[in-house]
Amino acid sequence: MSDLVKLTVTQAKKALDDKKISSVELTKAYVAQMENNRNLNAYVLETPDIALKQAEISDAKYAANTAGALEGIPMGIKDLFCTKGIRTTACSHILDGFVPPYESTVTQKLLDAGINVLGKLNMDEFAMGGSNETSYYGPAVNPWKAKNSDANLVAGGSSGGSAAAVSAHLCAVATATDTGGSIRQPSAFCGVTGVKPTYGRCSRYGIIAFASSLDQAGPIAQNVEDCALLLKVMAGYDAKDSTSSLKEVPDFCAALGQDIKGLRIGIPAEYRPEGLNADIAACWDKGVEMLKARGAEIVNISLPHTKYALATYYIIAPAEASANLARYDGVRYGLRVDGAHLEDIYFNTRTEGFGKEVKRRIMIGTYVLSAGYYDAYYVKAQKVRRLIRDDFNRAFEKCDVILTPTAPTGAFPIGDKSMLENPINMWLNDVFTVSVNLAGLPAISLPAGLSAQGLPLGLQVIGRAFDEMTMFKAASALENDICFVRK
Amino acid sequence: MAEFVIETPKGKWEIVCGLEIHCQIISKSKIYSGASTEFGADPNVNVSFVDAGMPGMLPVLNQKCVRQAVKTGIGLNAKINKYSNFSRKNYFYADLPQGYQITQFEYPIVGEGKVIVDLADGSTREIGIERIHIEQDAGKSIHDLSPTKSYIDLNRAGVGLMEIVTKPDFRSPEEAGAFLKKLRSIVRYLGTCDGNMDEGSMRCDASISVRPLGSSELRARAEVKNVNSVKFVMQAIESEAKRQVELYENGEDMPQQTRHFDPATGGTKFLRLKEFSDDYRYFPEPDLAPLVLSDEYIQSVRDEIPELPDEKKERFVKELGLTTYDAIVICENKETAAFFEKAAAGHDAKKVANWLMGDFFAMLNEKKIELKDSPVSAENLGALVELISSNVINGKTAKDVFALMVKTGENPEKIVEEKGLKQVTDTSEIEKIVDDVIASSPANVAAYQGGKQGLFGWFVGQVMKASKGKANPVVVNELLKKKLG
Repeated sequence: MSDLVKLTVTQAKKALDDKKISSVELTKAYVAQMENNRNLNAYVLETPDIALKQAEISDAKYAANTAGALEGIPMGIKDLFCTKGIRTTACSHILDGFVPPYESTVTQKLLDAGINVLGKLNMDEFAMGGSNETSYYGPAVNPWKAKNSDANLVAGGSSGGSAAAVSAHLCAVATATDTGGSIRQPSAFCGVTGVKPTYGRCSRYGIIAFASSLDQAGPIAQNVEDCALLLKVMAGYDAKDSTSSLKEVPDFCAALGQDIKGLRIGIPAEYRPEGLNADIAACWDKGVEMLKARGAEIVNISLPHTKYALATYYIIAPAEASANLARYDGVRYGLRVDGAHLEDIYFNTRTEGFGKEVKRRIMIGTYVLSAGYYDAYYVKAQKVRRLIRDDFNRAFEKCDVILTPTAPTGAFPIGDKSMLENPINMWLNDVFTVSVNLAGLPAISLPAGLSAQGLPLGLQVIGRAFDEMTMFKAASALENDICFVRK
Repeated sequence: MAEFVIETPKGKWEIVCGLEIHCQIISKSKIYSGASTEFGADPNVNVSFVDAGMPGMLPVLNQKCVRQAVKTGIGLNAKINKYSNFSRKNYFYADLPQGYQITQFEYPIVGEGKVIVDLADGSTREIGIERIHIEQDAGKSIHDLSPTKSYIDLNRAGVGLMEIVTKPDFRSPEEAGAFLKKLRSIVRYLGTCDGNMDEGSMRCDASISVRPLGSSELRARAEVKNVNSVKFVMQAIESEAKRQVELYENGEDMPQQTRHFDPATGGTKFLRLKEFSDDYRYFPEPDLAPLVLSDEYIQSVRDEIPELPDEKKERFVKELGLTTYDAIVICENKETAAFFEKAAAGHDAKKVANWLMGDFFAMLNEKKIELKDSPVSAENLGALVELISSNVINGKTAKDVFALMVKTGENPEKIVEEKGLKQVTDTSEIEKIVDDVIASSPANVAAYQGGKQGLFGWFVGQVMKASKGKANPVVVNELLKKKLG
């Protein structure tokens, strides 16, 4: 492995600025690294030619002193982002061969800042899943392995490809999206850092929709600093997304390395259920102690509606998805399986084009929106969602950020029967992350230690809406003390 | 109001009918995208990525469409809802690319209102508006180009619509017809919809049921879809009501159903049962924020509302002395009213109205042209009336002058001058002609004086003829009466 690929974005940018390395050199190192690690199945489409061409342009810009904020940084893009001229499928069979004639706002901002596109990253089909196993292209493989075991582990999901790629240095940084934990959980599983920003912080334009009121884009990177740097570029109001926020995007990097004395850290009682994995609990306790040692104030808080969050999420997200995925009908793009009549085309295309988990969620969503069930499920879920948001609002009167584990376990083996046979077990992975999406809050997952099996575990720092600054501040302090050693 | 009762040997029935009218909003771009709404473009030219339901595309609400809906609401004396939101109406069809229509469901932008309609017997009736909501149109499926394929044109997909829903207040086909005309007139005055039913920019569904006269029950209704002219709506209501009466009187069922109007027979045809209401799985559109309107905004729209037909009609009656009927006819169309006001300025408005509704409209009809293409300008029509009022020409000559105006587009003064058509009002000149006529027809003079009063008209005619039509008929009458005794 070339040492170049181990550079963080910040380090690589400095080396490029100082003309110690060229973007072409850096890109070539990543292309080689990608080729050597195809067993991880992190990429579903590699675009080395595009990346190298972009790198040449980047080098010219460095020579001309017109380099952008992320000029020449090789990046992987989750396959949920529409990329102009580059196949985008959401890792679904139904979008076979779809090449968008437009660019998502987030990736456009990154391109404008000078990034090079190494390829499209694996993910659960339409971002529905927690292990990347629902991908039409097969699961991404976690670069980490348990002690004394050769078993391939899941990279987490849905942004499994993004987390695995960053973890194995197959890109300097990756885009990802998070609807119920899809940035944070794979980041935790793969020992990397990922941010789900406040809902509305990043434009959703050009990101293939899963659940519109929950979806947010964010970066997965090697550390907090890279995340702050990337988010600054990715965020901002977009007239093409009516739900994007007009709020000014602060310089997130300014929050790093600051004194957290007096910062109030909320610890929610409901996140420590009986039987919580001991490694996770220990990791969490360690984090609390570190913050305390820096003079932060630890506050016990309650988020009483936490126990309803998963159920609420698995009503609202499928409801929105059932409508969002109606457009994949075989009529205009992607897969078409012909039939004698229009209904047959729909039936055949959608039967063949969608995987099992996607079908499951479309059916749940269709059911909960149906006449006679709408009030009992969808309306009630919306009410509970409000209560969950109110919980956080009340908690944030007492604290400035909330610290929790990211996921209830570390990475599990690919093909784990208990997960595949009982989807509820898989969904339980989201138990610490979904509330944040329901409340629209920002949260970051950072690697906090290793389990007894030697697998990375993550801690999550949740901030107030649009207060990523304080979230970054706390995460930066934690990261500094944890000194997590990446592979 | 003339009551509309369906009377059979078995009983008397009344109609209960409500209308839903889809009005295409006048706006340059579509309601959720920037694509053009231009009519008549080649298929699939005015289609944005949003309209085509491409992955990752998001709707953005067109503020112009909002303003147009608020304007329409104000024009229909309706409550403007300061809070409204959008919902997805889910169904699969090839010309609905997203698989759902973005519409308003629980909270429409406009609430209850009312429209006064004028009926033929001079009476008026108030029709309640239930709500107006805004939504996107679907594309067009074309099934008759190929025996095995359907073609889809998405130019119309995403064009903004206002759906205007009335209360079930119609008791006769005439009321429904009058309402549609009034509604069309109002939206055209407002400039919010062009109201062309034949082009589909205004489409009407009628919900029709009947009940025994005097009862207040509401029976199962038939919804007749997409009826595309005022006349057809009236025909559909009448024939469908009669069909239902016949069913009830024969002891048959009339289940809730959807029907289709057949212009060839003037009747309705069965489409499908509505035993279970269609399940569209409405839920709030997460891609669009709720629409919140401020008082200032609503006031700013109110300030843009032009004088509407009812107010204009009242003013024409009060200030210009028109009959209510004339005022209604003239005010139905904004352009006609404007033409009339221009023509009547400074002249005898009542006479201008008579000319407009008489010879002028007849001329347009005969030539099959629209008002804007009339060879006779408003100013010239006014000038013609002025020539009559000031006795420069008489009514008969005026018709000839009008004919020449139609032919040449010239102003009437010039025509009268050039053709020497000025009326003779000089009594001595006319007296000479009268004397000549009397002198040359002793037999008729004797007969008249002997009691044959009917001959008076003959004398008038002779004098007019001798004067080449230019003699002032009033003077002629006076002189003849005096001289014939």
